[in-house]
Amino acid sequence: MTFLLDDEQREFGRTLDRMLGAADIAGAVRAWAVDDTGPGRKVWQRLADLGVFALAVPEEHAGSGFLPVELAVAFVELGRHGVPGPVVETVAAAALLRRLGDPAPSARWLPGIATGGHLVSYADTYGETVGTDGTAGTDGTGEGGHPGGDAGGGRGPYALDAHTADTTFVVAGDRLLSATGHGPVQPSLDPARRLARPAYGGEVLASGPAVRAASRHAVDVAASLTAAQALGAGRRLLADTVTYVRQRKQFGVAVGSFQAVRHRLADALVALEFAQPLVFGAAVALAAETGADGQRGRLVATEGAGRAAAVRREVAAAKVAAGEAAYGAARAALQLHGAIGYTDELDLSLWIRKARALRTAWGTPSECRARVLTGQDIFY
Amino acid sequence: MDLGHAPQDEEFRYAARSWLAARVPGTPLPSLETAEGFAAHREWERTLAADRWSVVSWPEEYGGRGASLARWLIFEEEYYAAQAPGRVSQNGISLLAPTLFAHGSPAQLARVLPPMASGEVIWAQAWSEPEAGSDLAALRSTAVRTAGGWLLSGQKTWSSRAAFADRAFGLFRSHPDADRPHRGLTYLMFDLAAPGVTVRPIGRLDGKPAFAELFLDEVFVPDEDVIGEPGQGWRVAMSTAGNERGLTLRSPGRFTASADRLVALWRQRADPADTALRDRVADAVIGARAYHLFARAGAARLATGDDLGAESSLNKIFWSELDIALHETALDLLGAAGELADSADEAPDHGSWAAGWTFALAGPIYAGTNEIQRDIIAERLLGLPKGRR
Repeated sequence: MTFLLDDEQREFGRTLDRMLGAADIAGAVRAWAVDDTGPGRKVWQRLADLGVFALAVPEEHAGSGFLPVELAVAFVELGRHGVPGPVVETVAAAALLRRLGDPAPSARWLPGIATGGHLVSYADTYGETVGTDGTAGTDGTGEGGHPGGDAGGGRGPYALDAHTADTTFVVAGDRLLSATGHGPVQPSLDPARRLARPAYGGEVLASGPAVRAASRHAVDVAASLTAAQALGAGRRLLADTVTYVRQRKQFGVAVGSFQAVRHRLADALVALEFAQPLVFGAAVALAAETGADGQRGRLVATEGAGRAAAVRREVAAAKVAAGEAAYGAARAALQLHGAIGYTDELDLSLWIRKARALRTAWGTPSECRARVLTGQDIFY
Repeated sequence: MDLGHAPQDEEFRYAARSWLAARVPGTPLPSLETAEGFAAHREWERTLAADRWSVVSWPEEYGGRGASLARWLIFEEEYYAAQAPGRVSQNGISLLAPTLFAHGSPAQLARVLPPMASGEVIWAQAWSEPEAGSDLAALRSTAVRTAGGWLLSGQKTWSSRAAFADRAFGLFRSHPDADRPHRGLTYLMFDLAAPGVTVRPIGRLDGKPAFAELFLDEVFVPDEDVIGEPGQGWRVAMSTAGNERGLTLRSPGRFTASADRLVALWRQRADPADTALRDRVADAVIGARAYHLFARAGAARLATGDDLGAESSLNKIFWSELDIALHETALDLLGAAGELADSADEAPDHGSWAAGWTFALAGPIYAGTNEIQRDIIAERLLGLPKGRR
């Protein structure tokens, strides 16, 4: 009955922080940016060994059950250290399979995800049917929104790292596909992220309304973990900038003694501190929705579809707040580092650019704000 | 990690809710910043106190229910959701009482708290002076030793509620030879009707006398009205300054209730195509939710014995800015009616949005300006070097 991480959860975060702090993540990111995924995959394996990917996988498939709070703890650390690759997408794919509950695809993919060998990209066309060549169609479900980041033209969203992932899951209409290919690889503003439109042909793993429901849940998981990642990235940007302004001297004093500098960093901290409880609130809501953890005592009974809508609003609120806080921290970091912050060479730039990309990944600020207000039942 | 409440806490919620449903006035009371409204709000305090709802977190012997912080948060949610009247006793309950609990003598607690709980004595604060605002330690009003007590002289200003309140509390310079400005101060309580006190009400932004100047000319205060040791006033005041900035001054329930009303207003009145306005409504909802969850986490930490310390400065900045943004959004949403004063007959929702906006504008200024809070955050939470203000 307490909205606090327990000792074990905090220790899990510290363990990940230590492991990632000792690894050369910036080097792995720069390699990943030129399609050398070797160093990054080594990091993935270590994360798997510490149980990160198992957190989304049921016990019967070598996982630890679905534990959204622990996942949020982990993804804050992944963001803090800038781990490259489709971490969000892989966990979301596992959540999709878990929710789908279809034994064959679960047995085929989940153990590999849990043990860390398997990188999965994932995209959802949100009700649009897309031809195998990527041309547009629509299934007429009228579901709005393109959280995968549709650039327009009805050609479906991008899938992160589709060209280096082991599998790309695509949900098109009510079909779940294992895509057989992808379009040209497009660099992102974040060099760690490589984007391609998946092919909408391939093996059909499942179809029917259950696929839509499972993918809707998976998109919520993806958005909530993107928010956690953004929060971690923002924390890192702030911490590195505090360190910098304490040592950088101008006019004979540390620039961190100037009030304009101090107040900008104070505001960055306020935004991050108030995004954090939303990120964990979304995790608690996901846990309650999926029966992973008990939650009671709500004023408004939120059952079935109403409950899913309530979870979606919690996730959307977290996504807006963490995305804005991280981006605000990035802007402050860039400004307060001055010209050195505007260089590719300084590793800080990896987080500055990531904060920009995470802001729109799995739900733009505007889409998420609309989601916060949609639905008939009240938010609280 | 969990957001549920214990079943007993839910029972407490329903008890508060049903009491409020039966007792909250159907039409809002007149503004508490008027003589008529002040009296009506004092009467409301008496109604609350009669059934022990005025100070739920206090021990029972002083009129409370010994409620945990978690229950207090629940009470506040229900209180503001019920659109119950503003609390005219707020200064006493959230500023003076915590100081007394920490530093007062048993006799002071027994003497001061019960009439505070019932609204019989309403307290004003007397901190700022004409030359001591953010730099409070520069204050010059004096407390001079006399037989059996102290004589207060000087000028206090921006004294909230003092236009109609009964008593006041504040800091006075008692030891002028102390080596540093914040040493040599004493924390005292005094009667606003005592000989030598002149109260000059000040109209706030909307003209209502929400605060006052106090002129003090050798006002006698007995020793029993000194809180803590003479000369230790700064330490006494600062030990509970976090209460003023933190969640006990502005509970999340106030903002979640306002955000719910804003959403209702938006559904009723807004053009759905106006996505810019929609985004601002959403931001108010997100902000209120963030503050609610932040408080839940803070309450959980306090329950484990943690001290939130300088973190209350984060709170102060967040709620004060949220409050303004929320009310600005409401006024924009109201269109042509958005400029109607709260006293206008046709003001929507009995003028609560206009009154709320006026009230919110003071938030970043009182209880330590937000600039002072940012300095505290920079030094004490981020570890940045002390700088020139």
